[in-house]
This record gives sequence, C-alpha cells and structure tokens, in this order.
Amino acid sequence: MKRTVLIMVAALGVLLPTLLFAATPLLQIVAPWEISSKDPSKAGYVFTRLEVGETLVNFDPDGQPLPALAESWSSSEDRRVWRFNLRSGVHFHNNTLMTPQAVLNSLKIALKKPGVLSEMAVESIEADGNAIVFRLSRPFSPILAFLAHYSTIILAPESYNGEADVADVIGTGPYKIALLQIPQKMEIEAFKEYWGAKPSIDRALFLAVGRGETRALLAESGEAQVVFNLDPATLIRLGKMEHIDVISIPIPRVVTIKMNCNNPALNDPRARLALSMAIDRAGIAKAILRQPDFLTDQFFPPCMGQWHNKSRAMLKTDVKEAERLLAQCGWKKMESGMVERDGRPFKVELLTYPDRPELPLIAAAVQDQFRSIGVDAVISINNSSEVPARHRDNTLEMALVARNFSLVPDPLGTMIQDFDPKGGDWGAMNWSNVHLTKAISDLVSSGDPSAMSDSKQQIITTLHQEMPVIPVVWYQQTAAVSRSLKNVVIDPYERTYRISAMEWRKK
Amino acid sequence: MSHTIRYRLFQALLVALTVGLLTFIMVRLLPGDLAFRIAAGRYGYDMVNSAAAEAVRQELSLDQPAVSAFFHWFWNLIRFDLGHSLVTGELVRDAIVHELGHSLDLAATAMLLSLIIGPPLGIVAGVRSGGVIDHLLLASSVVLRSVPQFAIGIVLIMLFSVKAGVLPAAGHGHFLSRILPAVTLALGLAAVSSRVARDAMISVLNSEYYMFGRTKGLSGFELFLRHGLRNVAVPIITYMGMQFVYLIEGVVVVEILFAWPGIGHGLVHAVVARDVPMVQGTALVMGLMFVFLNALVDFLNRMVDPRRSIA
Repeated sequence: MKRTVLIMVAALGVLLPTLLFAATPLLQIVAPWEISSKDPSKAGYVFTRLEVGETLVNFDPDGQPLPALAESWSSSEDRRVWRFNLRSGVHFHNNTLMTPQAVLNSLKIALKKPGVLSEMAVESIEADGNAIVFRLSRPFSPILAFLAHYSTIILAPESYNGEADVADVIGTGPYKIALLQIPQKMEIEAFKEYWGAKPSIDRALFLAVGRGETRALLAESGEAQVVFNLDPATLIRLGKMEHIDVISIPIPRVVTIKMNCNNPALNDPRARLALSMAIDRAGIAKAILRQPDFLTDQFFPPCMGQWHNKSRAMLKTDVKEAERLLAQCGWKKMESGMVERDGRPFKVELLTYPDRPELPLIAAAVQDQFRSIGVDAVISINNSSEVPARHRDNTLEMALVARNFSLVPDPLGTMIQDFDPKGGDWGAMNWSNVHLTKAISDLVSSGDPSAMSDSKQQIITTLHQEMPVIPVVWYQQTAAVSRSLKNVVIDPYERTYRISAMEWRKK
Repeated sequence: MSHTIRYRLFQALLVALTVGLLTFIMVRLLPGDLAFRIAAGRYGYDMVNSAAAEAVRQELSLDQPAVSAFFHWFWNLIRFDLGHSLVTGELVRDAIVHELGHSLDLAATAMLLSLIIGPPLGIVAGVRSGGVIDHLLLASSVVLRSVPQFAIGIVLIMLFSVKAGVLPAAGHGHFLSRILPAVTLALGLAAVSSRVARDAMISVLNSEYYMFGRTKGLSGFELFLRHGLRNVAVPIITYMGMQFVYLIEGVVVVEILFAWPGIGHGLVHAVVARDVPMVQGTALVMGLMFVFLNALVDFLNRMVDPRRSIA
C-alpha cells in the first residue's frame, strides 16, 4: 500500500509539471534578433515591435503617416518649423502622465545619440503649450518618417539613470515590460491605462533564438505561435502542417552589390552594367530564396511606392551583351575563359557576411555567374561591420549586402545616407552624380507630391544607367504562424508585430 | 591545510593576471576595427556606419594606448570592478552573474543526471564485465560520445517537444526548460563516466584488499559498500571535476541550440562584438572556477580516498 502511494506521488511529481507546461496558453514570438540593450538608440526596434514604446508618428503598411503620440502636426511654409500637438491623457507605464516636458526630455536624449536622426539637422527643439516644436536648419520633408524611428520612442523621465543611460524602459504602449532578460527574453503584459484600444491578448513572450533549426522546432511543436526568419526549405515543410500557416509580404530590403567605383576594373559604368547583366536573378530567386515570383526587375521592390515604376528599364540577364560591354571597356577573353586587360585579370574581392544566412549562398551564385563572363570574384565572409569599415579606409572592392530601405518608413531616409555625394557606408562608393544629388536634395526639401514623383524617377533612371550599386534580389518577410491565432499581419517596415491586434481563435 | 589554501590563492592570483593579460592581447590582435565591431554589436548591422563607429571610438577612448587601457582594467579589478559591457552598457558583473547562474544551473542538472545514469551502469558493467550489459554499455557509450551534441539535442526536441509535447523545445524560465539541454549534456557525460566507473570497478575487483574482504566472509553488497564504493569514487570524482568545468564553458553548442543564456554563449557573442570587458570578465571567472574546482576535487578525494585517511 505504502509503495503504491509512493509510486503515485512520484508519478504525479513527474507528470504535473509536464501537464502544466502543456496547458500554459502564452503567446510566444520567436525571432533571431537578440535584445542588445535597454537603450532605444541601440535596440529600440524590440520595444516598438513588442508595442512597449511609441513614437510621435506612426505609419500604416502603405507608408502613410498616422497620428500616434502626436495627435496632429503642421509645418511652416518653408518646412523648417514643425509643430507636433501631443495627445492628451497618455500615461506612462509607471502611471504618470505624459507631459510635453517628458516628451522633450526623451527626444533631446535621442537626438544626442548616433543614428539616423543626425540627418534631420535639428537647430532647436522646445515644448510650446501641449506641443513640441522642431526648428530645422534646412527644409526637411521626411521628418515624419524620422520621428517614427525606434530611437525616438518616448520614455518617462524615470527611465533614465543619470544623463542619458536607460535604466528602465517605461514607455506608453499597449504593453508594458513584465520581465526583461537581456539578451534573449522579454515578457510583456497588457497596460490597463493605455490610451488606445485595449488589446485582446494579455501576455506575450519574445524569445531570441539564434539557431534556425530551433526556431523551426519551436513552430512545429506549437510552443511558439509566431516564428520569424526561417529558411525557405523549412517554410515549405512547415506550410504543409495542419496547425501552421506561412505568411509572407515583400519588404523594402534589397540584396545589392556595393562597388568601389575608383577601382580600375569598376570605374566604367559599362563594366558595372556588364556585371549586372551577368547575374541570373531568376535563378537566385528560385533556387536560393525559393521565391520564384520575386526576381528583381528593377532597383526597388513594388512595396516602395513611387520608387518602383514598372515602366522603367528592366534589369535583364544577357551574358552576350555583358561580354560585349566588357570588350568595349578593353577586356579580352583569354583561353581560360577569363578576361584580361593589359595583362591583368578582372579579379575582385566580394565581401559578404553571414548575419543573413542566404548572403553567402547568393555570393557563391554571383561568383559563378561572374565567372561566366570571365570575371574572377573571390568571396570573403566576414563580420558585417567590415563593409562600412573598409568603405571608410577605401580598401573595399565589392560587397554583397542586404540593405534595408526602411531604416525609417520613408526610403528617402536610407537614400540620403547611401547616395550622399561623398558616398555612403552601405551605398555608393567613390561615385556621385549631380542629377541624382539634386533629385535627392529636391525630395528632402520639397513637399509637393508631383515634383517628388519626378525626382524619384530621376533617381531610378540614374541608378539604372550608372549602376553604382547592383540590385540582385528583393526580400520578403515570412513567418510561420500558429492557426490558433488570428489577425496576424506582418508590417513591411518591420516596426511592429501588431500583438495588440492579434486574437486567440476560438476552438 | 593552510599551506594548500595559500597555494590555491596564489594560483588564483596568477590565473587572474594571466587570463586578463592574454584575453586583452588576443582581443586587440584580432583583425578588424574595434570601434566598428563594437558599433555593429550595439546598433545591429543595419545601423552600423562610420558615424556610429566614430561615436563609439570617442565614448570609449579606443585611441588611448593599449598599455594604459590594460592597467586601467587591472586597477578596477583590484577594486572588484569589472566595468561595463561595451555593447549593452550593463555591468559586466551583473551580466556574468546572470549567465553564470544559468550555466551553473544547467551544469549541475546535467551532472546530477549523468551521475544517476553513468556510474551505476558502469559499476554493474564492471561487476559483470564481458556480459551483455557491459557490451551494450560499450556500444551505447561509443554512439552517444561520437554523435555531436547538436544532433542529440535535435532528436530529443523532436521526441519530447514536437511528438510528445511534454517538454519545452527551447528557452528558459520554465522549470522544465532545463531538462532537454541537461539530458543532452548528461548523455555525453554518462557515456564516459560509465566507462571510468566500469574500469575502476574492475581494478577494485581485482585488488588484493577486495579479495581479502571476500575471504573475510563479507557479502557482495557489504563488501562493495565497505571496500568498493570509496575506491571506485576517486577516479569518478576527478573525472567529474574536470567535466564540470567543461560543462560550464564548453556547452556553447547546447546553449545556442536551446536558446539558454549561459556563459559560453555570452563569451562567443562578446568575442564577436569585441566586447573587451565582457571577454576579460568571463574568462577571469572561468579561470578562477578552474582553480576552485581543482581545489574542490583535491579536497573531496582527500575525504573519500581511504588510503589518504590511513596515511
């Protein structure tokens, strides 16, 4: 009898935790990106994605600005003075009211830190009644997109330790942090005093998981309901499962080849065009990304609005034409099949990085395709920071990168950096074009939609003709989503997971 | 005894100095611009650019001579200040406590499981050497030791999380989260500790004192308890002591597979991001742990080994 009771107690001891584990309904979101810090300038994207922090302006999936912590805004005629009227009745997660002074404090700290905000050329920023007023040293039309950047999330004054160190992330979003364990884990719970619609899901957990295999198994076991960044083969397998949906949308991220246009082999636009023509984009899209409909037919993907115009020139694969262009530049094909000029081979180093696992694979495909026109590309896989570092010391020859054109929700934010006349760390190198520079400058200063459309077309045309950077393939963001959830939408600007809009599906 | 403690303290000081100096030199010698690497770790690769790197260089005074940076670190170390992480800005001490806590948790669970599985099976195989259990144990030890832990982990996740749905596949915080990574590690450990126990058991069985015990008329179990267990335990404790260190620092693969925030995982990230204070702090703690565990193994062996107590 005693023995039976003991065995039953032992069995219960083993089974109870496992039963409790199986019964816990907690929304779990899994992605590879670790939480590197509490500071919004470093890891603010985690706090906007999990809806802990909010910015003055929000953006809808079509790239249109929406009021967020600023209820409305207006600008002076010369677009140098911008007034943002703050929403009233907003509480921070420590239950204090959001005041203009608190917003001012948060924005001033954000502006002091390195990042995209330095492009805004802010002369002064002040609180005026219930508004925040920005005075800029030049007209700056994409300011709304910049004020939607994650580094500008508004935190309570109590968040900061000393001058600018963030000790606690006390935001205003529909969710507040229940547990934060840097670098892997964050638990959030619904904030009862939230100014907007109350979320249906009360608690959620974000887990940073580096290994793709583990992420796939977390989706497959049903433990995680939303899993990002899975390799194409895994997505196909998961998509066949009964309890999982695979959703995907195009995002403004493009795999490009950055080139040093001072390099003797690459300083002629015809040579760069030849390299572009050698690339079999359809093959890469189909075989590596498993997205056959997603081949790049021009520089920017369709989700980038006016930056994409199907009537513009197509990017095509044409080995014969590429060889002809190389011949025009003085390159002669040798018996080995490789080209030479003045006794020197066309040999370049192609630098890339493994942060996005498909990049080394694409580099290998590009290497092979360059070889088909006699160009020898030597692949070097290194840390991603080598790209800007070697841009700076001018030793970079070529780099295959995955460039994000939604650093802020307006691609202009990235264009300003990448196609600056002095070059961009991730964009043009030792290349500039007066027409393109003027078009970007017009876009920055102008608020007139028709003039803006003309400028964008000018930029696209110039990039196609001069090819300072070769676009290879577009991206789409994909996620494996449990069917126990509904209303799961991927944000093309990767700003939010929209947990507050998700709901559990009734069984 | 006090001589041993003094010797170990001296050893700890030497380890601290050597580890600090070596990690400092190695991180400085690694190729790549320190400021860009740290900026990439801080801001992510989308946001790293010359301006961010320059801001990092200014903030951290990376241009100051290496020698003064090292002495600065050592001066802080004397005051028990390991500094701040260059990437997260967190106190290195806090980060290490968090990571080491998780690593110790995992290592202790794995060690406990491997103790339950390995030595008892080894002793049984030793007692019946050449029998079916001995052969089966040899075969399974070879398989478990030769299959990479990564593969064992995936198979366990497939079985217990995907198929049965009773254990978490990854993560931490839940009581059950440690089970699968610990079993993954324990199987590899038990594969070797069972062999160590088996061989030790055979050598004890063949010893003269054991045979004498038998002729004295002790029963098999009594004989094992009085003369076998403590003698078999000596090589197992020595082996386990070393394995414990291996568990804490060498489980990077398992930690990454199961998204377990341990010290091995932290060290790899710190090296990639050139987070010098984190690398120095983590390596220092690991080095000191070696000294501590060596001392502990010596102490336990002294307690357990019947020969020493006679001496």
